[in-house]
Amino acid sequence: MEVLLGITGKDFTIVAASKAAMRGATILKASDDKTRALNSTSLMAFSGEAGDTVQFAEYIQANIQLYSMRNSMELSPTATANFVRGELARALRSRRPYTVNLILGGYDKIADKPTLYWIDYLASLAPVPYAAHGYAQYYCLSILDKHHHPDIDFEQGMKLLRMCTQELKRRLPIDFKGVVVKVITKDGIREQEYEDDVKVAIP
Amino acid sequence: MSRRYDSRTTIFSPEGRLYQVEYALEAISHAGTALGILAQDGIVLAAERKVTSKLLEQDTSAEKLYILNDNMICAVAGMTADANILINFARQAAQRYLLIYNEDIPCEQLVRRLSDLKQGYTQRGGLRPFGVSFIYAGWDPQLNFQLYQSNPSGNYGGWKATSVGANNASAQSLLKQDYKEDCNLKEACGLAVKVLSKTMDSTKLSSEKIEFATIGRNKNGKIYHHLWGADEIDALLKEHGLAKPEDTEMTE
Repeated sequence: MEVLLGITGKDFTIVAASKAAMRGATILKASDDKTRALNSTSLMAFSGEAGDTVQFAEYIQANIQLYSMRNSMELSPTATANFVRGELARALRSRRPYTVNLILGGYDKIADKPTLYWIDYLASLAPVPYAAHGYAQYYCLSILDKHHHPDIDFEQGMKLLRMCTQELKRRLPIDFKGVVVKVITKDGIREQEYEDDVKVAIP
Repeated sequence: MSRRYDSRTTIFSPEGRLYQVEYALEAISHAGTALGILAQDGIVLAAERKVTSKLLEQDTSAEKLYILNDNMICAVAGMTADANILINFARQAAQRYLLIYNEDIPCEQLVRRLSDLKQGYTQRGGLRPFGVSFIYAGWDPQLNFQLYQSNPSGNYGGWKATSVGANNASAQSLLKQDYKEDCNLKEACGLAVKVLSKTMDSTKLSSEKIEFATIGRNKNGKIYHHLWGADEIDALLKEHGLAKPEDTEMTE
């Protein structure tokens, strides 16, 4: 019951990930951060097999940072997404594939546009205006289909995210303990305050 | 004296020099001139083709200018056979990058890959370094149009206008004199033929003796590279009054 969400707007990308670290039906921790910053303009959110997720995310993070050091320039979000997909595809055909689903939020400084990529454990890659992984897909994609527009400003983006998390709170059978919200803009990555204990009316 | 340190690339002479590398540089300074000029809207590369014999088939293929990938070309001065190895390597490196990142390799990275390979041969590996200097012209979204030069030692640098090969010192000083930072591609082509006409042995040029290539941006903003055909080169020479008069060709 892990939740990953991504929303792009006119000059930002919002990435949200649930805070519950679960093992079976047990919640081990309610303040888990399922994201890693790859460089100043790319952020990866991950879910999937425990262990695989952090291992893969930090492997990617190390490689992207190595690229920055070697070439004294940062890899673009698009190139990063293709690199991640390649690594996942390579692992998929090895003895021990990673079971990891990813959302890659970024900001392309050259094109001056926000970017968002949806990647699953079978190494499918898709550039998308908004994204969700896991059960969140069933509840949120319809909301985003109806309300999302590529030109929305940040406040409208946060409002959309609120609609999504409220719906998830209403319908998911297990509490996912709220979400960590990260925002990527041309100025970099920042964590966004997010009120998790808003009351939700359940019919 | 120097004989003791000549035979291996890996050994310094007592004066702290690497003779094999210096000999490679010397070999290049006898090769046909190649030059590159960076303009606001593109880059021009030009090279002198040494015509060895009248009987030699003047095939249409370029022998001094090569395409490395979609947004990079290069000019060669030195041993063509060595250059072929390096160009093949460069093309593979560029495609490998494209495969991994789905983006063209940034120009400087490709130049560095090649320079690293060249450097390797001054320290280990084969019996001699690569006897080739390159001038690279390319474009990438980060730094736009760029001009680089590399030599057998593995050093490389970015330039606004540069030359390698025979008479490169005089070509360089001509470029220094006449280069204008805000020139456009057309003006740069004019400067290129002017410099070549002064550094080459024959005063009158023809498409048989030189090669030309440009990289620029077309009307819809896409980057193109273009190896010039014989008719285009002749037209350019005519425009600048450097073409060989047509009747002399018969008596020569």
